[in-house]
Amino acid sequence: MHKILLIINREYFSRVKKKSFLLVTFLVPMLFIGMYVAIFFLTKQSYEDTHAIVHVVDEEGSIADQLKNNKNITYSFSNTDLQEQIKNLKNGAKNTNLLIIPADFYTARKIELLSSGKPNIGTQNEVRSQLREIIRNEQYRKMGLNADRIRNINDNIQIAAKEVTETGDAKDSHTEVAMGIAMGLCFLIYLSLVLFGTQVMRGVIEEKSNRIVEVVISSVKPFQLMMGKIIGIGLVGITQFVLWIILSLTLMTIFSTALFNDKEVAQQAMGRNMRELPGEQSTTANADFDWMAALDSVDFTELTICFFVFFFGGYLLYSALFAAVGSAVDNETEAGQFTMPITMPLLIPYVLSFGVLINDPHGSIATWLSMIPFTSPVAMLVRIPFGVPTWQIVLSAALLIGGFILTTWFAARIYRVGILMYGKKASLKELIKWFNYKR
Amino acid sequence: MLDIRHIVKQYSNHRALDDVSLHVPKGSIFGLLGPNGAGKTSLIRIINQITGPDSGEIYFDGELLHPKHIERIGYLPEERGLYKKMKIGEQMLYLAQLKGLSKRDAKQRIQRWFEKLQIESWWDKKVEDLSKGMQQKVQFVATVVHEPDLIILDEPFSGFDPVNAQLIQEEILELNKKGATIIYSTHRMESVEELCDNIALINKSKKVLDGPVRKIKRSYQNQMYVIEFKEQDGIIPSFIGTSLFEVVEEKTTTDSREVTIRVQEDNSLNDILLYLISQVKIRQVKEVIPSMHDIFIDQVSGSTNNKYIHHA
Repeated sequence: MHKILLIINREYFSRVKKKSFLLVTFLVPMLFIGMYVAIFFLTKQSYEDTHAIVHVVDEEGSIADQLKNNKNITYSFSNTDLQEQIKNLKNGAKNTNLLIIPADFYTARKIELLSSGKPNIGTQNEVRSQLREIIRNEQYRKMGLNADRIRNINDNIQIAAKEVTETGDAKDSHTEVAMGIAMGLCFLIYLSLVLFGTQVMRGVIEEKSNRIVEVVISSVKPFQLMMGKIIGIGLVGITQFVLWIILSLTLMTIFSTALFNDKEVAQQAMGRNMRELPGEQSTTANADFDWMAALDSVDFTELTICFFVFFFGGYLLYSALFAAVGSAVDNETEAGQFTMPITMPLLIPYVLSFGVLINDPHGSIATWLSMIPFTSPVAMLVRIPFGVPTWQIVLSAALLIGGFILTTWFAARIYRVGILMYGKKASLKELIKWFNYKR
Repeated sequence: MLDIRHIVKQYSNHRALDDVSLHVPKGSIFGLLGPNGAGKTSLIRIINQITGPDSGEIYFDGELLHPKHIERIGYLPEERGLYKKMKIGEQMLYLAQLKGLSKRDAKQRIQRWFEKLQIESWWDKKVEDLSKGMQQKVQFVATVVHEPDLIILDEPFSGFDPVNAQLIQEEILELNKKGATIIYSTHRMESVEELCDNIALINKSKKVLDGPVRKIKRSYQNQMYVIEFKEQDGIIPSFIGTSLFEVVEEKTTTDSREVTIRVQEDNSLNDILLYLISQVKIRQVKEVIPSMHDIFIDQVSGSTNNKYIHHA
């Protein structure tokens, strides 16, 4: 036992002390925060860019009065000569436009928008929607309808989607938030399992190609060496996640206090994200969406605990296999043919998660995948934000532990033989033979 | 020190060790000889408990081999190396602690060895900055730092320059003098006669020969002599027709001739000298003692045409 601690110690500190570890630990949260900050500033920037001045030449006569200034657009009216105005446009400030409304506007429905630079899409949309409104009003008027009354018809409905919890309470369900979190978790765990598993494999190959392995296993059992390495690197992973969480939370707090002071920008950023949703009226409807309540509905403690449990369980399971692969080959290029099949069961729920799992998180495919030890780390984490009964989580975790014991036993049998086989190209047949060696 | 009894090790399609029994006397330098692939490394790995035998047992100092004995064995494998990115000092500490030393003890002993080999300045160096010969010195220290009772060296001199090889050889002899038993595995015969007092020869998974070196050599010497002489009065002596001896080889140099003869049964060197003395002027008579190299080649190739070794 004492010796395995020595091995864990070496594996852990030799990695944590590396400059690259510190770099990744500090850079990744910075990168995320940086993206977050960048989005805010870009939004702010684009808001400023889209503000347009539009000079209107109204040949029809009645249109100009109906155009309304708003925060994106300012209209100005003048009766100077058209050619003169076009000339002015060229020397004009950024995003200055000239809107020419022909006399036959209502019948031809064609206008011209001249601009100093490339015509801005935002400005075009704004102008178009205002003009459509004008045409609509004109038509209502012709049909003898009261435009104001029509506009006041309210066809909005709100769906209060609630889920019934085990205790029978109904709680607000925020599917969009759950989906976002599920995707994030799925990506994070898939990436980290492959990343840290590969590190284990590299460590084994390094020991084998350095030829130190025989020196070490004359002092400790191959199993101790393998487990020491796996646990040591696993702890590196956990350290990294814990540091990431702490750093991200700290930086988030600092930046968001600084940013949310700029209220207008913050609201603008939120509002803009919502525009993507269909329906012309959606902007107003979605502005009511309560982000705070949605985030509150997610149990972050449960999520964090489950993440660590399923990360470490999945890591132990896969890294044992990665260790076996590392022992069977002489260099990393050879390892490719074996890493493909062992990461397959990880890739399947990862790919499925974007469709089947997220759309039907409690369906039979999702449930089965979240129980099978090889796929459960990814599949279960996708499901958890949607709320999974505790007994399922516990069962899945227990199966995962069982699975990891099985793969470790299996991998250890190949590992102990593989590390002493130099220059032998391992085939599947060879591996089976090694597996059957007595000791 | 080590009693190896009827060890069998079977891999799926070949038998690496076939009923091998050996006795390694305490305090000896024991040569484990054999061509590549004979099974030496398999046997050594079993002694080191890296693998286990299919049948047979090993007694270490009178006790059945047990994991606790690992700390009393120092092993320098043929395929050896160090962590490239780790500092030499840390690496030594790690390996010594794996052998059961406390950190403080380990540090003291490593420093003592480093001073002795004048490599103290290497403590903070990384392995990748050392030459191959330098790395081997470090590996040797790692093998013996925990003062093992049994030191197993698998081809220890491969890759050493003659100066360092000499240095390490002296260290090995000194450790032996202090009481360590040494198993020296090699297929290079020159060093065997210099170092070993006992040997075992393994060929094709089987032990073919073992015992004290002197005894083995004596059993191989069989009344062969090299006689150097000068002709008397220009008469070339005739060796044919005599039943006293058989000529194995004849050589002529510028001013003398040399024959290698085997004395036939019931005769002695005296008889032969009496016979020759009347015909030639004898300059030198040497008894032919087969070298370990000859014995090795003879045993391994199984050929009967080795001129120095007579198969009765």
